[in-house]
Amino acid sequence: MTFETVIGLEVHAELSTKSKIFCGCSTRFGGAPNTHVCPVCTGMPGSLPVFNRAAADFAIRAGLALNCGISRHTKFDRKNYFYPDLPKAYQVSQLYLPICRDGWLDIETCGTTKRIGIHEIHMEEDAGKLIHDPWEDCSLIDYNRCGVPLIEIVSEADFRSADEVIAYLEKLREILLFLGVCDCKMQEGSMRADVNLSVRPSGSAELGTRTEMKNMNSFKAIHRAVIYEAARQAELIEAGGNVVQETRRWDDNKDASFAMRTKENAQDYRYFPEPDLLPLEIDEAWLARIKDTMPELAENKRRRYVGEMGITEYDAAMLTTAKPLSDLFEQTSAICKNPKETANLITGALMRLLNDTGTLPEDLSVDAAKLADLILLIQDGVINRNVGKAVLEELFRNGTDPRRYVEKRGLAMIRDDNFIEAAVDEALAANGKSVEDYRSGKEKAFGFLVGQTMKALKGKGDPQIVNRILLKKLSIIQKRGN
Amino acid sequence: MEIRDMTALEMGRLIKERKLGCAEAATAVLEAISSTDGELGAYISVQKDRAIAAALKVQARLDAGEALSPLAGVPVSIKDNICTKDVPTTCGSKMLEDFKPVYDATVVEKLAAAGAVTVGKLNMDEFAMGGSTETSYFGAAKNPWDPRRVPGGSSGGAAAAVAAGEAVYAVASDTGGSIRQPCSFCGVSGIKPTYGSVSRYGLVAYASSLDQIGPIGRDIRDCAAALQILSGPDGRDSTSVIERPFDFSDSFSGDIKDMVIGLPVNYLSDGIDSDVRQAVARAAETFKALGAQVEDFTMPMMEYAVPAYYIIACAEAGSNLSRYDGIKYGYRSGNADSLADVYLSSRSEGFGIEVKRRIMLGSFVLSAGYYDAYYHKALQARGLIRNAFNQAFDKYDVLLSPVAPTTAYKLGENITDPLKMYLGDIYTVSVNLAGFPAAALPCGFDRNKLPVGMQLIGKEFSEPKLVRAADAFQQNTDWHKRRCGK
Repeated sequence: MTFETVIGLEVHAELSTKSKIFCGCSTRFGGAPNTHVCPVCTGMPGSLPVFNRAAADFAIRAGLALNCGISRHTKFDRKNYFYPDLPKAYQVSQLYLPICRDGWLDIETCGTTKRIGIHEIHMEEDAGKLIHDPWEDCSLIDYNRCGVPLIEIVSEADFRSADEVIAYLEKLREILLFLGVCDCKMQEGSMRADVNLSVRPSGSAELGTRTEMKNMNSFKAIHRAVIYEAARQAELIEAGGNVVQETRRWDDNKDASFAMRTKENAQDYRYFPEPDLLPLEIDEAWLARIKDTMPELAENKRRRYVGEMGITEYDAAMLTTAKPLSDLFEQTSAICKNPKETANLITGALMRLLNDTGTLPEDLSVDAAKLADLILLIQDGVINRNVGKAVLEELFRNGTDPRRYVEKRGLAMIRDDNFIEAAVDEALAANGKSVEDYRSGKEKAFGFLVGQTMKALKGKGDPQIVNRILLKKLSIIQKRGN
Repeated sequence: MEIRDMTALEMGRLIKERKLGCAEAATAVLEAISSTDGELGAYISVQKDRAIAAALKVQARLDAGEALSPLAGVPVSIKDNICTKDVPTTCGSKMLEDFKPVYDATVVEKLAAAGAVTVGKLNMDEFAMGGSTETSYFGAAKNPWDPRRVPGGSSGGAAAAVAAGEAVYAVASDTGGSIRQPCSFCGVSGIKPTYGSVSRYGLVAYASSLDQIGPIGRDIRDCAAALQILSGPDGRDSTSVIERPFDFSDSFSGDIKDMVIGLPVNYLSDGIDSDVRQAVARAAETFKALGAQVEDFTMPMMEYAVPAYYIIACAEAGSNLSRYDGIKYGYRSGNADSLADVYLSSRSEGFGIEVKRRIMLGSFVLSAGYYDAYYHKALQARGLIRNAFNQAFDKYDVLLSPVAPTTAYKLGENITDPLKMYLGDIYTVSVNLAGFPAAALPCGFDRNKLPVGMQLIGKEFSEPKLVRAADAFQQNTDWHKRRCGK
């Protein structure tokens, strides 16, 4: 029997707001345990939530980018359950009137385009983190993450393979990153995906019993988990068994998933409208403000870089692998008006520096104005390309102002004919063998002599002038010899 | 006049005129508490040293020429479900017996800014669930008019303390009648303000969509003076929708000739004590004599108020009280060796029977498959009740009704019959469901010489008009001046 796999995804994305969803505490990751907390996010008796409207701004942005309808009237509901990481014993979420509904995202796999439906996007608060202390054999609670705003993006069950799932997640990640609504770090848990999966005999219209899988902390793990679960369910059915509706936990070390809880002992969350918050009315002005300030998505940027700025498709793709790179590119080329040179420098020397130093693009702190200045220095022939790389490294590591650095170190190109002529003479005098080689027709010797001249000029000679004078001198020698 | 017989405004005037020191006023109240509260049980805790220190600070501010408020230097007592930083806030529960909040409620901050001096925290039904203060873990408060009887509840400690001269005025909360009914039982005045006019930040939640903080005092002017301080917008409470504090400057003219008062006759028919009915009917005559027009009418939806209230209140309470799990603060059972056990034992041992009853009720009405049958229906009933009030207010400025069907009953008399207790809330809960303001004030005595209270209900944010009606009544009657034991 052959089976078809049917998959739906629930993607949680932590929103990059500065403060939490219902209080003024910082959302910054890390920080000593329980230092980004207050009476509200720790659920102290008598405390009340106040909604951070920036969270709705971000949710609307995501909704618009995913082609959703935006609810004009949206509300919060309480989801009640006991767990130590949830200090109020309820999570403020949205069940009845989520902020976004009915969207879609087109994905590409093996050269074909497929439309994945988005059922809804709702807002909710994150929970804290339990840390087990094996030495004391006790669990400790860190509430720093408690109340960090999340959106849950619920897809329709439109996926049929692990590749489609990953194509969707990659595209979703790129969109959320370029919207600036989420930093999408799977490892830090700022982006998480739960996989709802069932299988059915090929050709069957009826859905099989599904399981929900959690705890995959990379796209690779998700890919493996989907393949594993589809195979597990198919084998189970072929052996005459039944799939049990349950929540399963993926263990990436064991390359297998394990049952957490079944439907029989599933929670009854006793949802009801959150009485401490007023319904949120999203009017035309609000929606217009979000539409007017929508960041440009990567797809569009690539089109624009190639079409309007004359960048190669390859470079355009490189520049949009991370938002900080495309931001730097756009800001820099806007100042120096030389997109090609900017793209060359970023995709070449700068990305090599990132790789060599193990720096993530989001930690990049190169000032666009300084980078533009560096490009102008090269473009105007003040420094040559090789010196430019050294100046870039200095800018990358220490933020040094390129123009001042060039002045201070005397790195400007030497263009004085007399000065260069003296260096050429010196090189010719010291390398009689190479001069002989050149005279006897060995072209290679010319390059060597350029190198020797440059060396005498400490690498700062204007290559064109060096070439011109060396050629002239050599032709004189040639004539004299004849 | 003895200090303990003064109204808050009288005391405030003497303090302003330097005829009475702030510390002297606080000491007088603290002495009253220490001499009679052993029997009365109105307080859960008294902050003597803090109170004297605070009084001296207020005195210094006044001496430095700060204007503060008409209640500057006057001692205030606070219901024990309102958070006071570093001072125990128990909610009358074993669960929070040792709980000290890390912050002050907004109203506590406002009182301090206005120069109020907090002397102690008042007894109450556990988590404000009850109508007699008998569900308090710290023991029942008594009615100062007859210590064999209940003071009402849940703010029984507050009303009893004000009636007995153990408090000058009090700040309490009202979810289904918790300010008004004890005022009625103890012969004092109180206001349940419009929902959204007083910040709930720092009020330990019972039922979030119904809870509202309000004042209890010896007369309505004291209540108005306190409400002026308590009310106003607060960025920490999303449901605080008022734009500015109430202004009662036009509320004390005594002139109510322009008012049309509605008397819901169906509130005065079945199930009401005849002495209560007569006292309210007499109050209606008084209003007529003062030039107001009084008209009988029938208030629809009355029979749905109590069930709708208990479904909504319990649903919210079940969720609000889930946070008391023995993990972060509050009572934790010593008999637990797993996470589930910590939850189960701490909550089983930490909550009293009435609280558990309401949590179970609330969990039931929200559980899968029952939401539509109960909670959703209750919300619909709530909307209809609100409409009924709005229709009444198209015609009437104020509605006059009893507060409770009876006067104070005996301790232990109703506590084993929850249904009977719940039906005692019939005249008060609909006001909370609608979100409207209501004042309770004394209007007579029954055959046992126990106070009878009446209720004046107004439309949203009509507190100044409500106070004008109540004050006109008190200018022409002396029920509010009667003191127990005299």
